[in-house]
Amino acid sequence: MAEAEVAEKVRMLDIYIMEKHYKVPEGLTIQTALEYCGYRLIRGCGCRGGSCGACATVYNFTHDPTLRYGLACQTAVEPDMCVVQIPCFPTAKPIYDIKKLRPTVDQVLGIYPDLATCFGCNNCTQSCPQDIEVMDFMSAALRGDFPTVVEKSFECVMCGMCAARCPQGLSPYNIAMLIRRLHGRYLLPKSRHLEEKVKEIEEGKYDAEYEKLRSTPMEELRRIYDERWIEPK
Amino acid sequence: MPYPPYMEESIRKLEASRQRRMKEEIPLISSDERDIIVRKYHPDYRETGKRKLLLGPNKDETMPEELANQLEGNSRVDPDKVDLSKIDYDVDVLIIGSGGAGLSAALLVQENGAKVLVATKLRLGDSNTIGAEGGTQAADRPNDSPVLHYLDTMGGGHFENVPELVWAMARDAPMAIKWLEDLGVNWDKETDGSMRELELAGECRRRVHSCKDYTGLEVMRVLRDEVRCRDNIDYIEFEPAIELIMDDRGQVAGAILVNLETNELSLVRAKAVIVATGGLGRLHTQGFPTTNHYGATADGLAMAYRVGCSLIYGDSIQYHPTGAVYPLQLVGILITENVRALGGQIINIDGEQVACNLEPRDILASFEIRECTERHKGITTSAGNVGVWEDIPLIDMIHGEGTIAARLPSLVHKFSRFNIDLIHEPVLVYPTLHYQNGGVRMDANSATEVPGLWVPGEVGGGVHGRNRLGGNATLDIYVFGRRAGREAAQYAKEVKLGKLTLNHVRQWQNELERLGIVKERPFSPMLLPNYARQPSDYLADLYTEKLQPGLVKLA
Amino acid sequence: MAQETRVAEEAKVEEKVRMLDIYIMGKRYKVPEGLTIQSALEYCGYNLVRGCGCRFGFCGACGTIYNFTYDPTIRYGLACQTVVEQNMVITQIPFFPAAEALYNVEDLKPKEGGNKLAELYPDILTCFGCNNCTKTCPQELEVMEFMSDAIRGDYAKVYEKSFDCLLCGLCAARCPQGLQPYNIALAARRLRGAHLAPKSQHNLDRMKEIEEGKFDAELEKLKKMSRDELRELYDKREIEPAL
Repeated sequence: MAEAEVAEKVRMLDIYIMEKHYKVPEGLTIQTALEYCGYRLIRGCGCRGGSCGACATVYNFTHDPTLRYGLACQTAVEPDMCVVQIPCFPTAKPIYDIKKLRPTVDQVLGIYPDLATCFGCNNCTQSCPQDIEVMDFMSAALRGDFPTVVEKSFECVMCGMCAARCPQGLSPYNIAMLIRRLHGRYLLPKSRHLEEKVKEIEEGKYDAEYEKLRSTPMEELRRIYDERWIEPK
Repeated sequence: MPYPPYMEESIRKLEASRQRRMKEEIPLISSDERDIIVRKYHPDYRETGKRKLLLGPNKDETMPEELANQLEGNSRVDPDKVDLSKIDYDVDVLIIGSGGAGLSAALLVQENGAKVLVATKLRLGDSNTIGAEGGTQAADRPNDSPVLHYLDTMGGGHFENVPELVWAMARDAPMAIKWLEDLGVNWDKETDGSMRELELAGECRRRVHSCKDYTGLEVMRVLRDEVRCRDNIDYIEFEPAIELIMDDRGQVAGAILVNLETNELSLVRAKAVIVATGGLGRLHTQGFPTTNHYGATADGLAMAYRVGCSLIYGDSIQYHPTGAVYPLQLVGILITENVRALGGQIINIDGEQVACNLEPRDILASFEIRECTERHKGITTSAGNVGVWEDIPLIDMIHGEGTIAARLPSLVHKFSRFNIDLIHEPVLVYPTLHYQNGGVRMDANSATEVPGLWVPGEVGGGVHGRNRLGGNATLDIYVFGRRAGREAAQYAKEVKLGKLTLNHVRQWQNELERLGIVKERPFSPMLLPNYARQPSDYLADLYTEKLQPGLVKLA
Repeated sequence: MAQETRVAEEAKVEEKVRMLDIYIMGKRYKVPEGLTIQSALEYCGYNLVRGCGCRFGFCGACGTIYNFTYDPTIRYGLACQTVVEQNMVITQIPFFPAAEALYNVEDLKPKEGGNKLAELYPDILTCFGCNNCTKTCPQELEVMEFMSDAIRGDYAKVYEKSFDCLLCGLCAARCPQGLQPYNIALAARRLRGAHLAPKSQHNLDRMKEIEEGKFDAELEKLKKMSRDELRELYDKREIEPAL
């Protein structure tokens, strides 16, 4: 890997993986630092690109005990960092049928009654590796302001850190998930042109035209392709 | 400003040419010209890094050597040590993989009344889908039609696509969008409900539906939630399949799974098997970095090949033209094509455009490689990586301030962690290994030549020809996932399984013995790449330290 | 394989035992009733490296967080001391980053009017009494109470109430303010033991006697005795009553 090749030319940092001291080259992420130290990851590794939440990590520094949170694949190692991964945290995930739900606060509270016990400590916001204002969307959820929940929770990668740190045992990420689905299905206006096009296709409106193209010789097909009108951006 | 001083001059030139470039239109090259540039510069056409297959349905065909190793690999299973009478799970349909294709299939199997088990290598939903950013094509606007979508796809694929597959995908596309909307996906919409759609490379109409630049994540969150909400869809995590099980009638009849954490095997007997194992990015063909997730190791290709399925265009790999090059921590990650759809341009070290920014991916990748190699107009980082600029700030100049922040939040966020502000600064890019254009040969329902096996999604081949258009992969998975689910459920009600067997593994190993390559080939499927630094690397450190003999260095 | 696991396997084979569904990091397994969480992990094939120590409730290595599929209330236990139940959902937290003050035990000597614990761990004053620490404690200590005692500088009370602490770290994992009750209590106990507990005068007197050589002559005499003489002396020695 390019990182390992660079190692000889860069400075080495002291880090602590579950309190165990290692030296790693500067410039690695927490994830590649774990691998540099010889760990072959099974849990705690997913897309490696900041989108899936598998690698949620809690860390602090030997000189500063303040807890911090990040995605291991997106966080560069720094000197004296102390890390641990939390690849999974127990949350009970309720079962529901989205087709039978109403997009209301009462419905959400019916599925997640503990939501009302939130006392605004803001740990959820502090623990979010995506810098989401979790506390804000939890308030919005209680107020029934679902568009704000969607807007503020959109970048959620469902890593589970908020649930791991909520003193009331809530799962903000699951609550936001439900509200986003309710919003997408019931609150966003339906797309008329989509419904019309689906109907046209099912009625077979385009079948003949396809058959014609299908049996067009290659030379002709290429010409049609090169000459087709391209909608301006 | 975190870009190092040696990049500053180039950035100044880029900023200086910006006003002029806003109105500069470079025409698309013709499809004949495309064939020429691709043959000269695209990694698929390099002489090195590939070899002919020695056995199997695609014998004598040339494949990238990393893929050839997997296809010709040794089975991880010793048939004599497996007792096929001790079945751990007996189901109607087994689905291997839980990305967009696997979970779409699971929902449709369940709706069609069959008993389904999803086995997945990492967590439920860990997949390439989750990192997809750009969006999903569907011809649902009045001035568009599935026929135009078909035509665009054929052209993008160099006309080598299998027509029936392309039509299935283009035709079913609006239905897939609607299905997801009903499940609760928040598609980007105007206030009147009409979909906000972009035009990606190679398209003649705006038809890409997105959810900001988190399209894959938004859909996967919903599909995963829905799968969990349907009580009778069973799933097991961290248990990839290592071999398919056949019966004595030549039908696929299940799979052997391994628990990655405990090494225990489970045997699944299934009337139908849907392999939705996705891509091969972690094989790093031609030594490229990749956008793919940790588990993208061509597992399904290897297993399907061993039961006798042939591949189509297995040698055709898509290198996405805009993979990140800097900082080192983000090398290879995807910068969505939406950036180009919104006006982002590809710029060389002198501040000039490299090509029309909406050339299809293989074409643009080829232009970039030419620019950085033959023309020496790339920017080289201190780590030795080379790239060209993608001028993102242009987007706010074209569409108004705030566009970048609103439409590309994931990208802005990722780079802000490393102090790069994409609202005011360009990003350094180069081709990165992104997608397998081909795959296991399949029909319009993603059924393979071997009865009882379906291959929806990236693992299947023929839909995209020799180059996939942006927005068609996250369409292919829903369309063929749903078709596979529907058909497999029906098939499972009718099929009669014979006696289970692993004779295909015996035959395979015998053939490897006969060819004398058993010891040279790795085990496949690979399951996970191994990035852990090996003890031998520590030894290398020791030797460079010139230790006296007898002294032990404690790391 | 540990004895519990072997016995469980045998019982299962004889169909004497009920199988339970449990979830390890979200993954469902079936295990025989009666196993602890620790042996259940091993029953399922996990070869423990982290999260396992003395295996009998003294060392705090196996702090575990769990709930149930039908009840999201978070619960806490030591894996080696907690028996699995139906539909349990389990995750181990073998480590959590926590501040650890470095001090010389001499410097722990409390000063008049000050609070040594607040000096070592200033964040302690940000405790807002949410009581999560008490909820997490697998030893069922009144953590919130001793945290209040700590804030008030009542080292003796902290010592009394925290005595059974195994330093498993679960309280630190769940404190919303990022505090570490277990480290704070440790400092209090050391302070108390070194500086506040009444000294043992007889111990000090005896040490002085030994250093002054009071017992040297007698020991030399014993060393020169023959085996039989020693045995006779031994058999005749006066034994103090036990109670």
